[in-house]
Amino acid sequence: MSTTTADRPPEFQDMHESIRIMGFWIFLSTDVGLFSSLFAVYAVFRSRVALGPTPHQLFAMGPVLTETLILLTSSFTCSLSLYSARMNRLRGAVAWLIVTLLLGASFVTLEIREFVADVTAGHGWSHSAFLSGFFTLVGTHGSHVTIGIVWAVMLALQLAMKGLTVTNRRKLYTFALYWHFLDIVWIFLFSVVYLSGMA
Amino acid sequence: MSMREWITHLIKLLFPPQVLLPDIVGIDIGLTVGAIAIMVYLTVRHRWGWLWREWLTTVDHKKIGIMYLIAALVMLFRGGVDALMIRTQLIGPRAHFMGAQQYDEVFTTHGTVMIFFMAMPMVFALFNAAVPLMIGARDVAFPRLNAISFWIFAFGAILLNISFSIGGSPSAGWMSYPPYSELAYNPGVGENYFLLSLQVAGIGTIATGINFLVTVLRMRAPGMSLSKMPIFAWSALITSSLVLFAFPPLTVALGLTMLDRLFGASFFTVAHQGMPMMYVNLFWIFGHPEVYILIMPAFGIFSEVVPVFSRKALFGYEAMVGSLLAISFLSYGVWVHHFFEMGAGPGVNVFFGLSTMLIAIPTGVKMFNWLFTMWGGRIRLTVPMLWQLAFIPTFVVGGATGVMLAAVPADYQYHNSYFMIAHFHNVIVGGTVFGVLSGMYYWWPKMFGWKLNQRQATWAFAFFVAGFWVTFMPQYFLGLEGMTRRMATYPAGLGWTSLNWWSTMGSYLMAVGFLIMVYNIIWSRLHPDWDTTGDPWDGRTLEWSLPSPAPEYNFARIPHVRSRDEWWAMKREGRTDDVKISADSVQPIHVPRNSAMPIMLAAAFFVGSIGMVFSWFWMAILGGLGVVAALAYGSFADYSELTIDAAHVLKTEAAMGRVDS
Repeated sequence: MSTTTADRPPEFQDMHESIRIMGFWIFLSTDVGLFSSLFAVYAVFRSRVALGPTPHQLFAMGPVLTETLILLTSSFTCSLSLYSARMNRLRGAVAWLIVTLLLGASFVTLEIREFVADVTAGHGWSHSAFLSGFFTLVGTHGSHVTIGIVWAVMLALQLAMKGLTVTNRRKLYTFALYWHFLDIVWIFLFSVVYLSGMA
Repeated sequence: MSMREWITHLIKLLFPPQVLLPDIVGIDIGLTVGAIAIMVYLTVRHRWGWLWREWLTTVDHKKIGIMYLIAALVMLFRGGVDALMIRTQLIGPRAHFMGAQQYDEVFTTHGTVMIFFMAMPMVFALFNAAVPLMIGARDVAFPRLNAISFWIFAFGAILLNISFSIGGSPSAGWMSYPPYSELAYNPGVGENYFLLSLQVAGIGTIATGINFLVTVLRMRAPGMSLSKMPIFAWSALITSSLVLFAFPPLTVALGLTMLDRLFGASFFTVAHQGMPMMYVNLFWIFGHPEVYILIMPAFGIFSEVVPVFSRKALFGYEAMVGSLLAISFLSYGVWVHHFFEMGAGPGVNVFFGLSTMLIAIPTGVKMFNWLFTMWGGRIRLTVPMLWQLAFIPTFVVGGATGVMLAAVPADYQYHNSYFMIAHFHNVIVGGTVFGVLSGMYYWWPKMFGWKLNQRQATWAFAFFVAGFWVTFMPQYFLGLEGMTRRMATYPAGLGWTSLNWWSTMGSYLMAVGFLIMVYNIIWSRLHPDWDTTGDPWDGRTLEWSLPSPAPEYNFARIPHVRSRDEWWAMKREGRTDDVKISADSVQPIHVPRNSAMPIMLAAAFFVGSIGMVFSWFWMAILGGLGVVAALAYGSFADYSELTIDAAHVLKTEAAMGRVDS
């Protein structure tokens, strides 16, 4: 950590900011613990459907695949935002960040629509342990994405107000870490919950 | 609903019958009078501004440590009163000091307060007070986050503590197992208080874990490699990493219970194929590392206290670090020993029984290392050392009974009996509490600048330790005689009467010890014995190279560390002038600026939690928006640092005689 060569990004050269990046990595590790626990709960409860629907009856490939593609694309645009910042292009950074948060918002909208459709079809989470586990696991991810959107809005504002300061670069970098992390969690959700549920 | 009906409904919700018992109303009146008296005092003496600037908005780790300590001592009082009520109820057969419902509430809050709101903040108090100083840092890695942690914890503690006077206390025990914690069996808001207060305090705890992990890894003085780091800093590092992986499962366990209770989910509803054992597993995946979160810092404290008061370097430093790491690793593989009766089968039970017994090995290594450190040393029987000496036999007994409990077939007999109660009090009181009290007496001069009177402190120690043995040894035999935990009362003629009587007498002795401790603190404040040297114990680590209390910026000059007990080495090699500055070498120092954001954020959490407790979701949303607003405020405000100019540093240091001419 002591090497501060000039080719490293500014947010890593500044001692304070690099410490904050490390802190954020550690925070993410606690979030891994949170999702691991929820995955464990889901894994045990997925066959405990009581009188409610089975995973096979509940899930449909169409909307979930769209959600997946949207979220993966948003991860790419998030990286483009970071890349623009590294190239010192403020407008590019802000624009790609806005694209990212719009994609995130459409992901959340689709997910809410899926949830509402399930509930209106009579599959509310009180009917079985499986439904409780499913809504909680997927909903926790969705609320993380929602928090990410609020964060991205404020970050875009700060970038517009203050430009590419070292602090803002660090904030963009930690946001990107968070966003990619949520993407990785979604890959697990997609495979463990949806794909294996539909198989 | 008409206004009148609505008000009647509100009053019934806030003041159900159990909060209108005469004793509770009496306490409420006392607390209100006390609060008014404090407010009048602050107004008359014009101290509101001082309170706000110096304490409520501070981000200085030394002041945050003091606030944690005060909160922990207040909570020790509250949890202690609960304990005295429990013991008074059990003093003889068929005693009716309390009704069964109130007894359940009292043992629930006793456990919850002692674990989450006494022991943990006491540990964090000492981390804050000592760790940055002993690693040669000017503050923790994230000073403002540190203040956030404290205030979130404080408001979480308030949330749990108001439950007995508004809405009703939780009554499902500190582990709060479903199905009893579910709405169908436990209506009312008490359980909601439990869930929300722990959830909120847990956020603060995770933040502290992140903070101290990064602090120890990144903020050490130049030259202090990990292998030159004091063991207490090692214990902070390892405790923090345990916190990070232990608390998320607790968050999930509490969260699922909350979803079941408030939003009708079916996690633990057997009729919908939910599984109460899921909660129990999640809880103990947290709960077992949690007990090591509590004991590791005590191990760290003793590893500082023993060398100082034996005038010898710690015996087996590497083995000490290795055993801490081994215990933290093993602590994740033992949680099933809390419920061998679940029916997981002999294979699973034997695995967890054996892994539990394995923990005795690194713990034994530590015991021998402390003994060998004392061996041949020149021992001074100061108060911190007395607590250490009391700890060794207590913890050996507690550890040995732990191994007995880990023997799976025998555990079917011991499980949930007073034998188990005696065991865990033996390790938590005899380990953690003795440890943090030793640490409190040890670092008190560094925190406050004055020493605690030794003679009074020795009396407090004597009463507390004697009371401890008298309280808990009979409980082992009560367990063997078949008395189970959480019995609100018991019949005569079972051979339990005299053992219970002795146990209750012991608890009164501990209460006397606590009162002497409080008297000791107040008396020593009124007759201060100032520590002018900064090194009252002839210490070995860097915090003793500073004046007591340390100035705002801690180190005017960051030391270059060459050896393990750096301050000791400096004294031996005549390098003590290394810590002094001179007029031409002094530099301006950057310190973090005070911030009102942490207390605002915590207040928003509090408002939102109250909304959740009473299912007033408009208020919960309001609190949530408040949290977002506080975070946004903190993020948009430029969190710039304050610069203390060189002349001011020079003046401050000169006043303490720490300037090289």
